[in-house]
Amino acid sequence: MQSQLPLYPEQASNFAPHVDALMVFITAVCLFFAAAITTAIVVFFFKYHRKAPNAVGIPIDEDSRLEATWMIVPLILAMAMFSWGAIVYVDYRRAPQDTLDIYVIGKQWMWKAQQPNGLKEINELHVPVGRNIRLIMASEDVIHDFFVPAFRVKMDVVPGHYNTMWFRPTKPGRYHFFCSQYCGTNHALMGGWVTVLEPSDYSAWLSGSSGGNANPVVAGEKLYAEKTCSTCHIANGTGRAPSLNGLYGAQVLLADGSTVAADETYIRESILQPNAKIVAGYLPLMPSFQGQLTEEQILALTAYIKSLQSQPVPAKGSGIAPPTGKR
Amino acid sequence: MSNTPPTPDHELPRTHYLNATYGSGIRSWLLTTDHKRIALLYLGSVTVFFFIGGVFATMIRIHLLTPGGALVTPETYNKLFTMHGVAMIFFFLIPSIPAVLGNFLIPLMIGAKDLAFPKINLLSWYIYIIGGCFVLYSFSTGGLDTGWTFYTPLSSVYSNSAVTPAVIGIFINGFSSILTGLNFIVTIHTMRAPGMTWFRLPLFVWAHYATSLVMILGTPVIAITLLLAGLERMFHLGFFNPALGGDPILFQHLFWFYSHPAVYIMVLPAMGVVSEIIPTFARKPIFGYSFIAGSSIAIAVIGFLVWAHHMFVTGESTYAALTFSFLSYVVAIPSAVKVFNWTSTLYKGSISWDPPMIYALGFIGLFVIGGLTGLSLACLGLDIHIHDTYFVVAHFHYIMVGGAVMGYVGGLHFWWPKITGRLYPETLSRAAAITLFFGFNLTFFPQFILGYLGMPRRYHTYPPEFQVLNVLSTAGASILALGYLLPMAYFAWSMRYGRVAGPNPWPATGLEWRTASPPPTENFDVTPEVTWEPYDFQNRPDLGLAADAPSLAPAHGDD
Repeated sequence: MQSQLPLYPEQASNFAPHVDALMVFITAVCLFFAAAITTAIVVFFFKYHRKAPNAVGIPIDEDSRLEATWMIVPLILAMAMFSWGAIVYVDYRRAPQDTLDIYVIGKQWMWKAQQPNGLKEINELHVPVGRNIRLIMASEDVIHDFFVPAFRVKMDVVPGHYNTMWFRPTKPGRYHFFCSQYCGTNHALMGGWVTVLEPSDYSAWLSGSSGGNANPVVAGEKLYAEKTCSTCHIANGTGRAPSLNGLYGAQVLLADGSTVAADETYIRESILQPNAKIVAGYLPLMPSFQGQLTEEQILALTAYIKSLQSQPVPAKGSGIAPPTGKR
Repeated sequence: MSNTPPTPDHELPRTHYLNATYGSGIRSWLLTTDHKRIALLYLGSVTVFFFIGGVFATMIRIHLLTPGGALVTPETYNKLFTMHGVAMIFFFLIPSIPAVLGNFLIPLMIGAKDLAFPKINLLSWYIYIIGGCFVLYSFSTGGLDTGWTFYTPLSSVYSNSAVTPAVIGIFINGFSSILTGLNFIVTIHTMRAPGMTWFRLPLFVWAHYATSLVMILGTPVIAITLLLAGLERMFHLGFFNPALGGDPILFQHLFWFYSHPAVYIMVLPAMGVVSEIIPTFARKPIFGYSFIAGSSIAIAVIGFLVWAHHMFVTGESTYAALTFSFLSYVVAIPSAVKVFNWTSTLYKGSISWDPPMIYALGFIGLFVIGGLTGLSLACLGLDIHIHDTYFVVAHFHYIMVGGAVMGYVGGLHFWWPKITGRLYPETLSRAAAITLFFGFNLTFFPQFILGYLGMPRRYHTYPPEFQVLNVLSTAGASILALGYLLPMAYFAWSMRYGRVAGPNPWPATGLEWRTASPPPTENFDVTPEVTWEPYDFQNRPDLGLAADAPSLAPAHGDD
C-alpha cells in the first residue's frame, strides 16, 4: 500500500490518472478562491475592527463592472471543469468495441460474476491486465452499485435495466470493490475483491477452474428450446416471428418506421416487454416473459442470441433493417 | 471587545406579545394566531426534532469508531442514519429558518401587523405536528431503514420497516411547507408598509420570497412521489417496481426534482440571515444589494433544473448527464456572487466582533468549502468516482449543517434580543461560535478524504484502513455537540437572567428594530413609514451613531 495516511487510492485503471488529474485541477482552483476569500475576510476583520463605539463604515457604491467580473471569471473556470469532466465521462460511457464482456448480477447482498466461458464467481472478479473489460450488469432485486475505488469507476445496477461499465486495468493486484448504492441490511457487506492478473495467469486461472460451469451460450440454447422461442423465431425466417440470425449489433426496423440498435438492452426489453418495440411486418403476438425468467436466464438467452450473430441472415423474415446509404 | 455603544439600562415593555392578549396559559399558545407566538411554537418543535436527529447522529459517530462497528447491529445502524436524515431534513432543516425566524420577522421587517393569513399560519404548525407524529410513530414502531431518499424498490417492496407511516407523515408535512410559502408570498406582495418598496426590502425577505417559490412549486412533487411509493408498498400498484412494470429510475427523477431544490429551501434563508448580519455589524450598506437579491431568485429558478446531477451513474443518457452537469455549474455562479458581495461589504466597514458576526463569518467559511466541493461533484468525470461516497456526505453537511444550521444559530443570536427582550452572555456565545466552527471542520473535513479514498456512504462496517479518519471525525463530532449544547444552555438561562436588551441593541437598521423588544402583539404602535434606503447607517440619526463623525478614511467618490 501507500503511506500510512494516503489521500487517494491506488491508480489501477486507465481512468484513474484522468480522474485524479481532474481532482487536482478542481481542488487547485477551489483552494485559490477559498484562500483569497478567507484572507480577505481575516484581513478586513482585523483591519477594519470598530475603532470607536459609534463609528460607522464607509458606504461604497455598487459597481457593475466588478459584479460582472466575478460572474464571468468563475463561469469560465466552471466551464473548463465542466468540459474536462465531460470528456472523461463520455469516454467512460462509450465502451470500445473490443471488450472482454463479463456479466455481473447484484442481489441482496452478494455479487455474482460470470466469465465469458461460463465460469462463475461470487464476490470475486478476475480480470486480465491491459484488456478492455466491460461489465454487463443486472439486479435481481433492488438498486445496487458496483464501485472499484482503485479503478475510479462505478455504475448503478438497476432492476429492470442493463447498465454497463468499462475500464482497462493497468496494474496487477487485488483491489476492493464495494456496493455503493444503499441496498438494505447488509449493504456494507456486499463487496469483495477484484483480482487483476497477467494475461497468461488469467488464461491459466480460467482454464484451471472452469470445469462444471455451463457455458452461458449452451445454457441459453437449451432455454431457447425449453421456452419454445424456436417455434416462432425460426432461423430461416419462415416463422411468425423474425429470425434472430445476425440480429445482435444490427439495426432493427420497427413498425413505426424507426430503427433501433439490437444491443443487450433491446434484447432484454424484447424478452420482458415484447410489445414495447414491434418489428416491422410482424404482429404483437409474443407473450411477456416478465417474472418467468431469472436474471441469469435472461443473460444466458442474451448470450445465445448474441452467438447467432455469425449465422446467415435469411433474405426474408428477419427484422434487420435493409442496408441504407449510411450503414 | 465588541465596541457596541454602552447601552443605558433598559426595562422590558409592560405588555408585549408574550404576556398580552390571552395571558400566557397553554390555551393562549395553542390557539394563537400571532405570527410571533407561532414562530416560538415552531422553535420548540424543531428543537425537539433537532435533538432526536442529534441523538441518532451521536450514535452513528460512536458506532463508526471501530471498523466492525462499535455499538449496534447492521439493522439498527441503517435505521439510525435513515431516521437521522428524515428528522433533520424534513422536520428540522426545512422548517427551521423559514418557520421560526421567517415567521417571526417577515411581518416585522415589512411593517405589517401579522402574516396575510394568520389562521392558516397556525394551521401550518398543526399540520407539521401531525406529520411529525406519524414520523415519530414510524420511528418508534419498527423504525425506518430505507435511507432518507426512499429509493424504490427498496422502500416500496423490500424494506421490512415502518415505511408507510413515515411517507404519510412526510406527505402531510409537505402541506405545512406549501402553506407557509404561500403565506409569505402573499404577505410580501400585499402587506408592505408605506415606503417599503421592493428594493428597500431586507435581503432576508428577498431570500424568503425565493424560498417560498421553491416550497410552493417543489413540495407537491415530493408529496405525491412518496405517496406513490406508499401506494406501491400498500397495494402493489406498479409505479416504480420493475416486476410490476414500473421504473425505479422514475422515482429518482421525481424525488430529486424536489429534493435538490429543497437544499435551497435550507440554505437560501440562511443566506438571507447572513445578508442581514454582515451589514449590521460592519455598519455599512451591503455591497451589491440588487445582485444579492437577484441571485436568490436565480438560485431558486436554476435550482429547479439541476436535479439529475444526483443520477450521473444510474445509466441516464449521456446527453442528459451533460445537460445537468452544465446547469449545475451555472447554479454555482449566483452563490459565488453572494460570497463576493458579503466579503466586499466588510471592506472599509466598522466591524464589531459581536457573536452574530462570528457566526455569519463562520457561515461564509463553511459554505465556501461546501460550495466549492460541489464543483467536484458536478464534474461528470469526477462524480463517477466520488458519487455515493463519504465525499458527498461531507459536501452536503458543509452546506446543510455548516451553512444552514450556522445561519440559523447565527440568526437566533442576532434576533434573540428582539424575540425575548434579553441578551445572552457575550463571551460564552463567541466561544460557542468558535467551538462550532472548529468542531464542525474536524467532524466533516476528514470525510472528504475518506470519500476520495473510496469509503461508500451508509456503511455500518468498513475496511480497517479507513479507521483513523473515522476516529478523527467522531472526535470532531463530540466538540460539535458541545458547540450546540452551549447555546441551548445560555439561551435558556438568558430568558430569565439575561440583561434587558432594549429595542435596538446592536443597533441595526431594519424596521423590526423600530419597535419594542419583545414587540407588542400588533408589532407596531403606529404603522411605520419607510423613508430610508436599506442598511443605511449614515442618514439614520435615530440610531444614535456618529453619522457625521469623522470617518475612518476620506470617502472617495468611487471606492
